[in-house]
This record gives sequence, structure tokens and C-alpha cells, in this order.
Amino acid sequence: MSVATGPSPLSAWSRARTRDAAGAAALWLVILAFGLWAVIAHTDEFVVGVVVGSVFALGAIGLTLIYGVLKFGHFAHGDAMMLSAYVAFLMLSGRFVGSRADITAPLRLDRLPGARDPIWEFSFGYGLLLAIPLAAIIAVLLFLALDARVYRPLRERKAGVVILAIASLGTAIAMRSILLMVWGPQQRFYAPGIRHTTELPLLGTRVVNDQFFIVAAAFAVVAAVYVILFRTTIGRAMRAMADNADLARVAGIDTDAVVRWTWVVAGTLITIAGVLLALQAQLKPELGFTILLPLFAATVLGGIGSPQGALAGGLIVGITQEVAVTFDVLGPGYKFSVAFVILMLVVLLRPRGLFGASA
Amino acid sequence: MHPVTLAAVVVMTALIVGLPAERSRDARSVVDFLVPFGTAVAIFAVVAIGLNVQWGYTGVFNFGVVGFFMVGAYVGAIFAKDPATGEFQRYIGGYGDALAFLPFLDSREWLPHLFGVLAAGLACALVALVLALPILRLHEDYLAITTIGIAEVLRRVSIEEHGLVNGTRGLTGIPRPFSGWVDPADYKYVIFAVMLVVLALVYVGVEGAARSPWGRVLRAVREDEQAASASGKDVFAFKLQAFVFGAVLMGMGGAVYGYEQGAISPDTFTHFFGTFLIWTMLIVGGAGNNAGAILGAYMIWGLWSVTLQIQGYDLPDFLRTRLFYIRDFLLGSIIVAVLLLRPQGLLPEQPRVSRWLERRVARLRREERDAAAAAES
Repeated sequence: MSVATGPSPLSAWSRARTRDAAGAAALWLVILAFGLWAVIAHTDEFVVGVVVGSVFALGAIGLTLIYGVLKFGHFAHGDAMMLSAYVAFLMLSGRFVGSRADITAPLRLDRLPGARDPIWEFSFGYGLLLAIPLAAIIAVLLFLALDARVYRPLRERKAGVVILAIASLGTAIAMRSILLMVWGPQQRFYAPGIRHTTELPLLGTRVVNDQFFIVAAAFAVVAAVYVILFRTTIGRAMRAMADNADLARVAGIDTDAVVRWTWVVAGTLITIAGVLLALQAQLKPELGFTILLPLFAATVLGGIGSPQGALAGGLIVGITQEVAVTFDVLGPGYKFSVAFVILMLVVLLRPRGLFGASA
Repeated sequence: MHPVTLAAVVVMTALIVGLPAERSRDARSVVDFLVPFGTAVAIFAVVAIGLNVQWGYTGVFNFGVVGFFMVGAYVGAIFAKDPATGEFQRYIGGYGDALAFLPFLDSREWLPHLFGVLAAGLACALVALVLALPILRLHEDYLAITTIGIAEVLRRVSIEEHGLVNGTRGLTGIPRPFSGWVDPADYKYVIFAVMLVVLALVYVGVEGAARSPWGRVLRAVREDEQAASASGKDVFAFKLQAFVFGAVLMGMGGAVYGYEQGAISPDTFTHFFGTFLIWTMLIVGGAGNNAGAILGAYMIWGLWSVTLQIQGYDLPDFLRTRLFYIRDFLLGSIIVAVLLLRPQGLLPEQPRVSRWLERRVARLRREERDAAAAAES
């Protein structure tokens, strides 16, 4: 080993660390100040932003997991969310397009006694809650097959992130066209009819009851993923692989199994996110692509591989885009452009995001 | 030529020629189908060659092709059109009459278009330059999502800024170059010929650039940035040049697309149509090979047009309503299948350092042989 001369590398490292911590603190301060201001000045938009942001967060958790462990931008994420939401719709209502008109399959969850009776004051009954795990099983099987046939051969060829991204874009197009073939381009709903609302105490804003469910689900899912990643053996293996796949393999971790488990968790997350997105908006084929940009913005903002980062990122993107369009300079059509601006700022100023591992 | 390539081209050509022939049983209708088809292929080939400069040669990832294509189409259109009149038309520019300043040669028919294509290239160069300065240093998968975002923002601007390019209504009645000189029924031959010339110029120009020392550096950057940098090449500058050059070609392709169509609107410039389709063309044809980009444009636009032909048949409702979704499914599957089974594409890149080197090697060999022959005798 050579003898170090000049300033010790260790002190340079610790200086960089301090500077980094200061940067992170400043960033959080800006975010909190903005949040506080938004609550007071734009209460309605803030509340909508929290709901929309929760949906983004749900999608971003799955995206961040795939990004972190498998190391590629999963461009099929949005379309996969929509596809599994439609599969859940099929389970629930048994409906799909035949030659021209809808066909209703006899086997469907709606026929279970009381499956459509609304739980509490939500718009849906337990049928939808049952449809989620069933659709998740199908989504997981689909992803396991896709990984075995598409992504794994590409990985084994050392094809690089870009080729994997293009391949995932191809699967996104294929998924969307399957969805259009089976259900057509028209918009659909899980439960037609009026949505009941509740006025929030203190804030004085009315919220559709389903949205409570969405926000609660986002937090619950983040907690669940956190537990999986940090309290289970498979989660430890995933994090090890995220850090360094070769090292993990040398250490005796069955990386193929970790990849499969990642897709199992991601497929489940994608289904939950898709169903809740469709519950918040509606079932619409092109929604899958529209949501892609906010999802990536939330993922990068939170820090790739971090579930709590995905939650924070999703909420920040959601709130910012809802509040930003209240300014006169931006028309409502620019909503998703706000996500892009956030993405650019993060990528340029702090590429590892709020919760990302320090480089 | 690889047998797979040959088979694919033969099958696609048989479909492209055979379906219209079978339906109409009339040579004239087949030509009526093939000529506009060829025009479209030439336009897409120009855009695909632009992407080839960025991705095929340099490895710069651009998922926002549609953004440049759209900017080019709109800039080209506002140069060729007359100023906006009436309440349903609000757009900037309209320099058509002002630019037709040459008093001879019927300059209204072509001069504004020439300026329009150049301006489209210039506008895209500026957009690319402004965007590339911050984003080109990013890791390549960040580049993917930021370029998608740029294209989306540009599309949003074209819709939301109502006075800019007429919002969602888009621009219609774009004057077509040379259209006053020929009978409208024969116009398709004119634009086809023009496009062939444009494509030939682009092909020769880009091939020349790619084989020059500049082009060799691009490929060195693609293969190993650190090695290129260690050899004293400014990697960022070369990536920037390739990105801007590719964007210029995309913009020019967009401008002529607008002229050929005569009408453009934000609906045209979807990510699927403008970005994914071009990527599929390049990957299928063979990244790193301009002839591949042209072949890819032919194959993929062939698939697209064949679907339209099939639509003319008496299909069961079940299929008719799903025909275009089946086509999209095929396109999505094709790109994945090519990446898996034949990642080099139908026409793989030629591993060629320089033709000068080849000539030099040949000359040295010849001299050696001559010397040996002289020594023997």
C-alpha cells in the first residue's frame, strides 16, 4: 500500500458526507415548507394531491423494487398496472368484449352473496377485495413467464439496461394491445353509480370515501414492503443483490430465486396499484402510459430501491402537480409535465434521491 | 445476405405487392398503393437514420424521437403555410408567401418548403442542444425517462399554447411542394421522387460521416466511453454532436412528413407512432447500419400498411374490431423477439474500421506479393 500524502482521503470523505447531509436537510426543509404552505393556501388541491400521490406511491414502490434489484427501468409498469386492473375487473364482473357487444362470463365474483354490497361507505364490496389476490396471482405468473422468456435471457447475455428497457417497452405495447383486444377502448368502472363523500374535519374539504381506502392502502403497502425488505430473509437477499449481484452470488445467495421472489412481490404490488388507480380514476387503456412519468419521477425522487422513498416521492409529485396547476401560468393540461420538471431537477441536483444509498 | 433476412424481405414484399394485387386485380391500383407506401417508408427511413446516428453509432439513448419529429413537422408547416386567418386558425409564422421571394421558377411551390426543412433542422438542433447540455451526462436509463418526458412536454406545449400551432386542431392545408406543377392525381409520383432524392442524400451523407474519423470516434464512444476518453477524445462533445445531428435528421423527416400529409395534429404525434415505431424499425433493421434502418422502415411500415389492406377484406366482426390491436401486439412482440433472437437485426452492422485501411492493407499485400514474385524470378 502506498502512503497517503496531503489531505487524508478519510477526511475528504467525511467532509463530502457532511455536505451531503446538509444538502439533504435543506431539501427536506424546502419540501416541508412547501407542504405546509400548500396545506394552508391550497387545501383542496393538497388533499387531492395526497390521494393522487398515494396512487403514484403505490406504483412507484413496485417500480423502485424492480429498479433496485433487477437494475433496469421497467417501462411496462404502467401498462402492467392497467392490465392487472382489467383482470381484476374480469374476475369481478365477468365482462369482456365479444364480437362487438360485451359478454358476461357466468363465473364471476359478483355472484357471490353480497359481494357487491358496499363495505362501510366505499363504492365497492368484498368482491373487489377478493378480485385483487386472484388478479395478483395471474400477474405474478405472467411476470415469472416474462422473466424466464425475455428478461433472464437478456440479462444472461449481459445486454445492458438500455436493451432491457427497450424490451420492457415492447412488452408494454403488447400488454396494452392485449388489454384493448379483450376489453376494448371504452372506459369502465368497478362499481357504477354515485360515490359518497365525507367532509374532512379541520380542512373543510370533501373527499370521496374510496380515497380514504387508497391513502390507507398506500401507507399499509409501504409498511409491508419495508417489513419484507428489512425483516425477512428473502428481503435481506434482495437488498444484498441490489447492492452487488455478483457478491451476493458468491456469498451463496440463490440469485435466481431472489429474482423470482422480486417478481412475485412486484406483481402483487402492480396489481394492488393498478386496481387502486382504476378505483381513483377509471379503467382506461391509455392511463398506463400516462402514469409512467409520475411513477419514474416518484421513484427517482425517493431514491431507487427505497420503499419509503417511493411513498415520499409519490406524495411530493402528486401534491406538487395538483398545486402547480392552480397557478395561472400553467394550464391543467400541464399536470404531468410537472412530474417531468421534478424528475429533471432531482436527476440533475440529487441523482440518488431523498432516501437513496449514498454513493 | 442472411437467409432469415432474405426470407423476411421476400415474405413482406409478397404481402405488400400481393394483397393489393389480389384485391384489385389491376396493376394501376397496385401502383397507387405502392407509391405512397414508398414515400412513407422514405420519410420514416430518414428519421430512423437519425436515430441510428444517436443510438446505432454513438449509443446515446433517445426515447423522445417523437418530440423532434413533431417540432420538425410544425416548424416546416408554419414556414410553408400562409398567415393565420379566421377564428379557427391561430398559429405563429405563416411565412409561405414572404419566403417565395424569387420572381422566377414558380418559387412559391418549393422555396418556402426548402426554408421550412432547413428551419426544422435548425429548430431541432437548438432543442437538442438545450436539452443535451444537462441530460447527456446522465446515466443511460435516466436518459430514457427524461427524453420520454421531453417529448411529452413538447406535445403538451403544442396542445396547451393555443396561439402557437393551433392547439388540438393542429395545422391543416399545408401547401405541398411542387403541387401546382402537376395534376393532383400524379402528385404522388412527384413527392415520391423528391423523397427518394432526400433519402439518398441523407444516406450518402450519414454513411460518409460514419466512415470518417468522426464516425469512428462515435463508435469508440459507444463501445467504451472510458477507453475513448483515455485516447484523448472529448466523449461528451461527440455524444452531443451525434445527438444534435440525429435530432436534425428527425426534424427534417418531420417537416417532409408534414408536407406529404398536408395536415398534422397532436393526435399524430403519439409516443407509439413517433417513438416506438421508429425504434422498432431501427432494431428490426439493424442498429449501426443505415441500410438496416431503411430496411427496417420498409418492413415495419409494410406490416402497418398490410394491416390496412387486410381491413378491406370481409372479416368477421370479431377480427375486424381488433385488427389494429393485433397489429400493435405484433409490433410489441417483434421488438422483443428481435432483441432475443437476432439482436443485431436483419442487416447487422458491418465491422469495418475504415475503407482506407482496407485499401492500404490490400496495397501492402499486393506489394509483398510482387516483391516475393520479383525475388523468385
